Amino acid sequence: MSEVFQISQLSLVISGLATGISLLLGLPVGTLLALSRFPGRPFLLSLVNTGMGLPPVVVGLAVAISLWRSGPLGDLQLIYTPTAIVIAQVIIALPVVTGLTTAALQALDPRLRLQLYGLGASRMQMIFSLWREARLPLLAAMMAGFGSVISEVGASMMVGGNIRFRTRVLTTAIVLETNKGNFNTAIALGILLLIITFLVNLALTRIQQRGR
Amino acid sequence: MEPYQLLEIRDLLVRRDKQTVLEIDHLIVERGEVLAVVGPNGSGKSTLFLTLAKLINPERGTIKFDGIPFNTIADTSFRRRIALILQEPLLFNTTVYNNIAIGMKFRGQPKELIEAWVSQWLERMGIKHLADKPAQKLSGGESQRVSLARAFVLHPELLLLDEPFSALDAPTRLSLLGELKNVLKETGTTAIFITHDLSEASRLATRMAIILSGKLSQTGAPQEILKNPVSAEVAAFLGNDLIS
Repeated sequence: MSEVFQISQLSLVISGLATGISLLLGLPVGTLLALSRFPGRPFLLSLVNTGMGLPPVVVGLAVAISLWRSGPLGDLQLIYTPTAIVIAQVIIALPVVTGLTTAALQALDPRLRLQLYGLGASRMQMIFSLWREARLPLLAAMMAGFGSVISEVGASMMVGGNIRFRTRVLTTAIVLETNKGNFNTAIALGILLLIITFLVNLALTRIQQRGR
Repeated sequence: MEPYQLLEIRDLLVRRDKQTVLEIDHLIVERGEVLAVVGPNGSGKSTLFLTLAKLINPERGTIKFDGIPFNTIADTSFRRRIALILQEPLLFNTTVYNNIAIGMKFRGQPKELIEAWVSQWLERMGIKHLADKPAQKLSGGESQRVSLARAFVLHPELLLLDEPFSALDAPTRLSLLGELKNVLKETGTTAIFITHDLSEASRLATRMAIILSGKLSQTGAPQEILKNPVSAEVAAFLGNDLIS
């Protein structure tokens, strides 16, 4: 039971961290893509939109190749560590958060920016106000980012190695138990994963719908 | 620049999408006056509005605000001395109170002052009962009242209005126009009112500026312009407008 608790906790910490980092990076990049016009913007947007459908197993492969001892970042000795899983999950969630942030801000009335400037907003105040206006779709972007990483298995397996008490998360544990023929345990872990995902989304939805 | 002048425009040329859309040789706005800038759609009125709000930059020319050249004032510091009212009220997805307070918050004004001034303007615009209501649930007239309160609470030195009532029904428009006229008089706020509606302009303004095809064609008191248009184009615009 304590092992199940440890696996669940690790899953939450890794995916929570990956979502948090994706938000920190994706929110400003998505805002820049939505509000600015610069050469290469259409290319970057296409890249982000493609990244939203990036197969986790391909991300896992790329990160694993980079982090392997013989790889370009091998000296960092990150392969088969929780940090490696976080890196892979950030690569998976970042395009989702960035793409949905861009879409959320572009859906706002473009004259809102004029109105905010007209009320004396500085550039940062204007951006914070737009984020506030788009808080519903932005929280949806956060939920989508978290959903994309808490549920993925390919990347976690490849870069984490599913090592007991170190890098085993709920999804990789489910795969292991299924392969061992322990279907009851696999189903129980699956239900646990669903409950955790539901609770996190319930909390975010409550924040999202507050003040509506 | 004379002390009573708030704004002076000289040799202004504004180009958008590589086309000249506005040329003004000379225009002065005096403190406390309400200047209506009137012209048909596409005549360059909104370009003048955006230029005066420092939201687009002119190709050439000088604009002086309170004696200081426009290009030497930082955009945000300038915009914190004025207020804009657009055709659509564009209220934010929060309460009426927060909508009115937002400009003061941007200026970092103290909470007590914000509370006092917002309450004062909620009362003045007859919307005190709506203070805690979500702004998105208001009618068109109520929304524009919030928009007026949101601008006046900032005590702007210059108020820019871009066809603020054109999306409203006639009775609401007339009532708000009367309200705006009273508030402008009480507060002595200098205002530039952009409109294509000649009757609105003559009702509100102390002076009118007619803009046709991107050029300032005539300025003067409303009655004077109506009586003595300087050109056939101005006469045609006034005549057409009166007929419609």
